[in-house]
Amino acid sequence: MNVLPVILWSDALVWLMALAALVLGLLSRRQPPLAAAWRRVGRSRPGMAAATVVAVFVVVGLLDSLHYRPALDTPAAGASAAPAYAIETLSVLDALAVPLRLRGEKTYSAPLATHAFAKETQEIRAADGSVQQVRDFPRLRFGGAHLLREEAPAEATDGDTANANAGVSRRTADPSATTDASPVSSAMAPSALPATSAMSEKAAALAAARQYDISRRVGVAVLSALIVWAGVVVWVVQLLARRESLAFAEVGRRLWRGETVFAWRAVLLTLAAIALVVAPMLALAGDYHVFGTDKVGQDVFYQVLKSVRTALVIGLVTTLTTLPLAIFFGLAAGYFRGWIDDLIQYLYTTLNSIPGVLLIAAAVLMMQVLIDTHPQWFATAAERADLRLLALCFILGLTSWTGLARLLRGEAMKLRELEFVQAAQSFGVSDLRIIARHILPNVMHIVVIALVMDFSSLVLAEAVLSYVGIGVDPTMISFGTMINNARLELAREPAVWWSLAAAFTFMVALVLAANLLADAVRDAFDARLVGSS
Amino acid sequence: MSHEIDFAVQPRQTPPRGESVLSVRGLRTGFAAGRTTLTAVAGIDFTLHAGETFALLGESGCGKSVAALSLMRLLPPAGRILGGEVRFAGRDLLRLSEAEMRAVRGRGVSMIFQEPATSLNPVLRVGEQIIEALPGGMGRADARERALALLAAAGIADPARRIDAYPFQMSGGMKQRVMIAEALAGEPQVLIADEPTTALDVTIQAQILDLLARLQAERGMGILLITHDLGVVARAAQRVGVMYAGEIVEEAPRAMFFAAPRHPYTRKLFAALPDGVGRGHRLETIPGQVPPLSAMPAGCRFAPRCAHAETRCTLAAPAWREVAPGHRVRCHRVDEVALAASAVSAPLAAEMAASGTAQAAHVGSAASSQEFRIQEFTAQEAAVQVSAVQVSSIVPEGTEVGSALTAPSPLLEVRDLAVHFPIRQGWLRRAVGAVRAVDGVSLALERGRTLALVGESGCGKTSVGKAVLQLIASTAGEVKLDGRILTGLSRSALRPLRRRMQMVFQDPFASLNPRLSVGEIIAEGMQALGLGRAEASPAAAVAALLAQVGLDPAAAGRYPHEFSGGQRQRIAIARALAVQPELIVCDEPTSALDVSVQAQILNLLGSLQADLGLAYLLITHNFAVVEHLAHEVAVMYLGRIVERGTVGEVLHSPRHPYTQALLAAVPRIGSADEAPPPALSGEMPSPANPPAGCHFHPRCPRAGAECRTAYPAPVAVSATHTVYCVLNAR
Repeated sequence: MNVLPVILWSDALVWLMALAALVLGLLSRRQPPLAAAWRRVGRSRPGMAAATVVAVFVVVGLLDSLHYRPALDTPAAGASAAPAYAIETLSVLDALAVPLRLRGEKTYSAPLATHAFAKETQEIRAADGSVQQVRDFPRLRFGGAHLLREEAPAEATDGDTANANAGVSRRTADPSATTDASPVSSAMAPSALPATSAMSEKAAALAAARQYDISRRVGVAVLSALIVWAGVVVWVVQLLARRESLAFAEVGRRLWRGETVFAWRAVLLTLAAIALVVAPMLALAGDYHVFGTDKVGQDVFYQVLKSVRTALVIGLVTTLTTLPLAIFFGLAAGYFRGWIDDLIQYLYTTLNSIPGVLLIAAAVLMMQVLIDTHPQWFATAAERADLRLLALCFILGLTSWTGLARLLRGEAMKLRELEFVQAAQSFGVSDLRIIARHILPNVMHIVVIALVMDFSSLVLAEAVLSYVGIGVDPTMISFGTMINNARLELAREPAVWWSLAAAFTFMVALVLAANLLADAVRDAFDARLVGSS
Repeated sequence: MSHEIDFAVQPRQTPPRGESVLSVRGLRTGFAAGRTTLTAVAGIDFTLHAGETFALLGESGCGKSVAALSLMRLLPPAGRILGGEVRFAGRDLLRLSEAEMRAVRGRGVSMIFQEPATSLNPVLRVGEQIIEALPGGMGRADARERALALLAAAGIADPARRIDAYPFQMSGGMKQRVMIAEALAGEPQVLIADEPTTALDVTIQAQILDLLARLQAERGMGILLITHDLGVVARAAQRVGVMYAGEIVEEAPRAMFFAAPRHPYTRKLFAALPDGVGRGHRLETIPGQVPPLSAMPAGCRFAPRCAHAETRCTLAAPAWREVAPGHRVRCHRVDEVALAASAVSAPLAAEMAASGTAQAAHVGSAASSQEFRIQEFTAQEAAVQVSAVQVSSIVPEGTEVGSALTAPSPLLEVRDLAVHFPIRQGWLRRAVGAVRAVDGVSLALERGRTLALVGESGCGKTSVGKAVLQLIASTAGEVKLDGRILTGLSRSALRPLRRRMQMVFQDPFASLNPRLSVGEIIAEGMQALGLGRAEASPAAAVAALLAQVGLDPAAAGRYPHEFSGGQRQRIAIARALAVQPELIVCDEPTSALDVSVQAQILNLLGSLQADLGLAYLLITHNFAVVEHLAHEVAVMYLGRIVERGTVGEVLHSPRHPYTQALLAAVPRIGSADEAPPPALSGEMPSPANPPAGCHFHPRCPRAGAECRTAYPAPVAVSATHTVYCVLNAR
């Protein structure tokens, strides 16, 4: 396929960070204390289970960070003409999730539903050719559309089928046009009885078919997930057996009893749990809306997947902004003391004394005005949303470095009195070099701990800010915007709960996993705890 | 519960003297490490009698503190008591429930710890902490009365005022007294004192040991004294048990112990003491180190390091042998060892060969357990290497060193050096006073000589060392290195001079950056000062330096945490040597090390001085080290030098009352049977507010009226011996 790769700023940063994490990982292999600490993380069972969950989220996020613009089909233009590219910026995840992305319904539908959530007035052509108006829940265009398909297309009105066949995105469809267009006509009444009985028969058949189809798919998915998982287990055991040159059965027994140094059992069990949850979802996602659809008919599962990247970018890019500031100011204040310390302390006490949300709101609003008055800066909407996301990250970062800086200042004050620093001073080593060589490596454990602990709080901060309306661009899907949109839906009767529930579940899963991982990392890196255990 | 009532209600009966109050049989304690348990205390037996002090003597890591904590059942979470019996008041403490045990702690057995600064809660008044430790059912007024009595008993002057003080308002010695008062609150029959004086100065140590002896005499307590210091044992204990690698290897009454130690390990410990051995003599050392818990040798645990070891020592653990009444030893070859000692110089070659094979056996066992150990060169080997390699290649100006010795101008000259730290108050941070850490110190040090700076903690001796190296700014006075004034020089101007003077620090665990490899640590100075060593690449230079300090050159790729304290101190010395300095400031270079390791480091420092012509400014509080290493001594008190002279003059005929008191406070092994002299009373005043006149007069037993009015002028006793005391003027 002919595509134009697009590198958004946040993509570059996300991949840069993935690369940096890789390099850091390789570097810490050479540093025995750090390597030992990471090995302790590897031994922690909850930590490694959480890491597995986080890794799945990270893979989704990374797939969503490879952007491109597809080429438009321009049959008229010759080969010589420059290829035209769609205005829409897509990611690899979008390409993989085409069924989710393109199969929009008109409006709300419950998870795994075959019919819409609200009644509509439909025109049904009877056998004698007369047109009847019926008010009922319409079949969904895509959700469970393959069930009893032979009747469905014939029954549907021309307009609807045409609309569905075109498969144009949901934007072109006007949901309000067809729903509840007219009040129920009295002409319908005489023939209502036979029609409804026939319809209820059909509905029962459809429900049975749906039931059967879903359980068949779930069954197949669970089975294949288990088979794949078993394959992974065998592969891991073989790998371990080869590396430690032990018998296959022996390694298997150790792994089963959780006696391996690396917490393989926790990782594999988590993988099994993930596979058992994800495989049925994937199997159903092709023809159903697993988590239903939202107000404009967009699949909630797709929204959840897209939110993962936003959360990761917020969490990671913000930390990237925070770290240099916190490390530089914290270490400089603690090492140099005197007026430098005073200056930095005044800076962060001032920052800390302004309510954080107000500061962020002010900055975000200013930035929004800037973006709105300069539309020419952005080629696509995606670029604009991306820049807004990054700006949010920087604003969050600029306001949240103070905590870590204060921690590092205290630690640097302690370290500068240590004798190896004085030994370096007696060699006439320059101050910046002492900070880089003697102080920074000795506070890295604090930095690592702060990094993983802050991640989850930043993801939650985004949700709060988007809820308040000063978060990410409204066109950008994030947990915060999902929750914000779902707010009003809860007031409906019956409530539309799935949008909120899906956003909530996934966000909690991500944050909980990140927190558990943070705990394991802290336990492994904190020297005091290491000594006691 | 009945026991608890017993303890609370029964009037305290002093058990008759000589009756056993605590008897330990086969106590075994270990630490859970993963799925295995490492045994730290491997079956120790001892009995403690009422009114008696039993000392558990041993080097760090031999399990003596773990044994004490096991008795109290206060082990850290990973600790496990694996077996044995601790009989106290007719019951086995190891079988009591936790609730019953709580009634025993404090009231039956109580404990004082090494570090008084951390064993008191900083946010509670000391009175509250003592009242907390009193048995329940006492009224407020009664409890306070009792606490006052306890503080008075612990030798706190003016207890009525001190009872409402916070720990930070007290000095270390006073805190330890409060801790003792707290331990006495429950009227215990047994007091466990875990290194009670290690963190204190000699004068305070003498006070605390006297206090413990007095309290013991009054109350008839049994004291279990845990220490690494033979001097403390000599001063305070009646019976001694020597621990090595989790076992007691020798047990004897004090007199017999000091007169005729029988176990090879004990004998080596005595030989390693720098006491009495004159300067220039090589101290005996114990090759190797205490084996790690994970790789305990089978058979006798000392065998891999023992000069007398033979095959049966490595096969079977020796049984107890009673060599004299009350004197027991665990050694297969007690008789041969005694014989070898009586024939004064046993054939050295055979001994060396034996230690060589033992060393090899030790390395082999370590390798099998996959535990990395740097094979430590014996000091003799290191010395051979140094003399063979270094004199010509590393110090090409070696010949000049000799001539410089006779040259009149000293290498280091300090004149009227003062270091004041301002005390700032108010929110404008105005200086309202100054801590006069160093207040007019003058010194001179020639090449190849050692000047020891002696004094109690807080007297400013470390500040002098750092001011000499320009690590802290001096307030007044000047420091001259080889005729060039260092004070007031800019950083860049100082830089070329930095390579001529270096420092070796006290704590080998804090002085090496844990994140850098040994090679990087040693090479740092050469890089920073832009020194390309003439002969070869930095790696080769590092290897040569490691060999010079007696370490395997392969150590360059390892990290500090893989080394023992003594090895780390060698690395620190190598780092200082890397820039080929002429002057090394040694700040308490051995105070964090065990006796046997201290001997290795002292030998190394001595041989380096002989070979490289280094000058040492030795900062220490340990007179034994001074006697062994120094040529001249300067005694500091409260920022000023009170007496200065050669080692012989100052140590053997001290003229200043402070020097005399300091020397008297040092526990001497030779004087074990004599009554210890009275300890110096009081503590050093704050250097922020020194007393008028002679700084020492408030503590001086011989102070007269003129001492209170003016600081005494120097009195020259001889050409080299000066003392600042009016008593000597007459």
